[in-house]
Amino acid sequence: MLEQIVQFLVTGITVGSTYALVGLGFALIYNASDVVNFAQGEFVMLGAMIAIALLSAGWPLPLAAVAATLLTVLAGLLLERFAVEPTLGAPVVSTIIITIGAAIFLRGIALLLWGKGFHSMSPFSGDAPLHLGGATLLPQSLWVLGLTVLLVGLVHLFFNRTLLGKALLACSFNRAAAQLVGINVRVMLRLAYGLSAGLGALAGILIAPITFSSYDAGIMLGLKGFSAAIVGGIGNPMGAVAGGLLLGILESLSAGLISSGYKDAIAFLFVLLVLFFQPTGLFGHKITERV
Amino acid sequence: MMKNKKWKTIFTAALLFVGLYSAHAADPIKIGSFLTVTGPASFLGDPELKTLQIYVDSINANGGINGRPIELIYYDTGGKAQDAVGFVKRLIKNDHIDLIVGGTTSGDTLAVIPEVEKEGIPLISLASAVDIVEPVKKWVFKVAHSDRMAAAKIFEDLRKRRLTKVALITGDGGFDKSGREQLLKLAPQYGITIVADESYGNKDTDMTAQLTKIRASDAQAIINFGFGQAPAIVTKNIKQLAIKLPVYQSHGVASKTFIDLAGEAAEGVRLPAAALVIADQLPNGDPQKPVLMAYKKQYEAKYGPVSTFGGHAYDGLFIAVDAVKRAGGSDKAKVRDQIEKTKGFIGTAGVFNMSPDDHMGLNLDAFKMVEIRNGSWNIIE
Repeated sequence: MLEQIVQFLVTGITVGSTYALVGLGFALIYNASDVVNFAQGEFVMLGAMIAIALLSAGWPLPLAAVAATLLTVLAGLLLERFAVEPTLGAPVVSTIIITIGAAIFLRGIALLLWGKGFHSMSPFSGDAPLHLGGATLLPQSLWVLGLTVLLVGLVHLFFNRTLLGKALLACSFNRAAAQLVGINVRVMLRLAYGLSAGLGALAGILIAPITFSSYDAGIMLGLKGFSAAIVGGIGNPMGAVAGGLLLGILESLSAGLISSGYKDAIAFLFVLLVLFFQPTGLFGHKITERV
Repeated sequence: MMKNKKWKTIFTAALLFVGLYSAHAADPIKIGSFLTVTGPASFLGDPELKTLQIYVDSINANGGINGRPIELIYYDTGGKAQDAVGFVKRLIKNDHIDLIVGGTTSGDTLAVIPEVEKEGIPLISLASAVDIVEPVKKWVFKVAHSDRMAAAKIFEDLRKRRLTKVALITGDGGFDKSGREQLLKLAPQYGITIVADESYGNKDTDMTAQLTKIRASDAQAIINFGFGQAPAIVTKNIKQLAIKLPVYQSHGVASKTFIDLAGEAAEGVRLPAAALVIADQLPNGDPQKPVLMAYKKQYEAKYGPVSTFGGHAYDGLFIAVDAVKRAGGSDKAKVRDQIEKTKGFIGTAGVFNMSPDDHMGLNLDAFKMVEIRNGSWNIIE
């Protein structure tokens, strides 16, 4: 029984860290603009699909990964420049709806480019399982875990230790005031979209060997990542990570110990409960609006 | 524009004059179809439509059926059953079709059955659910293998290997659920006990939790029923957890994609597959081989690799064509009777022997048990 629980935890942490990486992207853009970017899952899909396409064209993995990330960053920047920026000043809801449209658009392009089939990517360092006590995990899971820790650390440093990160945060707190102290809001927005597209792409490339990828892979990942972000308190990058891990572990424990049929229901019920009792998320700061 | 019309008139007149344009001799036989060419089940409907088009064209190029050409009228349901009903009504009332070959999915087909039964139109469905022909409906036939046959084939193989305790793991789609039901229903007949019954969402990316539970059970084999990427993930997860039990998949993954996705983990996996998948491995004496190779050649000359689904359209179309030939025309009642009398028809899915009690006409031989070795299919029988 103990062995089983260790396995459930290992599985949960692996799955959870993929949610965390996607959730992190949500937090970034939310921080800069109060907008929930529903195309975040599509960034993840784009990163994976471009990398797979380049790999099958014979590119070496590191080069393909970098190129796929850069191309996805470009897609993020184009999205910001041509879809989000023209509506600057419009209500947040309009921008959110625009990102939903963008998600459908990106999915359509991926469908045209790569068809409806599933694509696989070979793992970075073999697929011989590693034994950990009674549990087993794939080397790829270690890659996911390791790089998640690294990326989360970098994002944390960025927001708390760099002027640029603080400027980005300032934009979300009060856009007008940020502009008054000389922060270029447009540049900040572009930065946020570029960064979160890049994060999403990296996440996609990391998890593609475990989960495969297809043109619509972003829908479910986006949904889970979004859940992770709101459980942790949207806008708090560390919260998104904690939320992702929590969701992943909860899913795998409920699949293992209760019923595999209800694991998604249990996970989403948990999200609802969190929102009900702690509307700002587990680690979100209290919002006080001054009138 | 005017000029165009004038030329058209002159051209038609000229045709009439030389007697090529005759309205009577070439009264077409109208075959209606409703398929899922777009939407989530498009990987089924798309090859079906292509197959119908290829063969209708080639039959017409060879003089049609008894001198009458075939006219194919089809609609795309997008996998929405309510649309299927509308299209079938249109096929019957506006297009005045003689018979229908189609219904890609079980949902679409089941939805239109009341309509075709009421109107008395022969329908040959390309979908798999047993419910389409059980209980027997007067006007409804089907040509695809049932999930019950797949379940029976797997259990037969288990019995040969003297394995009696089995763990199931299935997805949440219609195909998966229906397969699971058949497996549960048939197990006692083969003396098999289901010791674990796990499920997953078809979009899930990790099934190790469910498989860990199976590992802790006393199962002697694992059966996974589903299609798409999920069975490939299950197969990989089984290897990851170092579970050494025999693994069975369904005919839903009988495509090269599965082997590509699951990679090394697919080695040793067994599944019931239609003969089309392993056509080139069949012994030369096999009666199905020439049919399969011919279909493969004709389809692949124009499109990509064949799938069993396109094969169903081939079977449906030619059973219809044969019936029309034997009936000596397109009288609906006569055509229906002749479809029911189909005997020894060698199709891509197997050898069809229909009867008043059996509107599918395939037996278990239509499935071959195959094992994946060195990244390709091997018949084990």
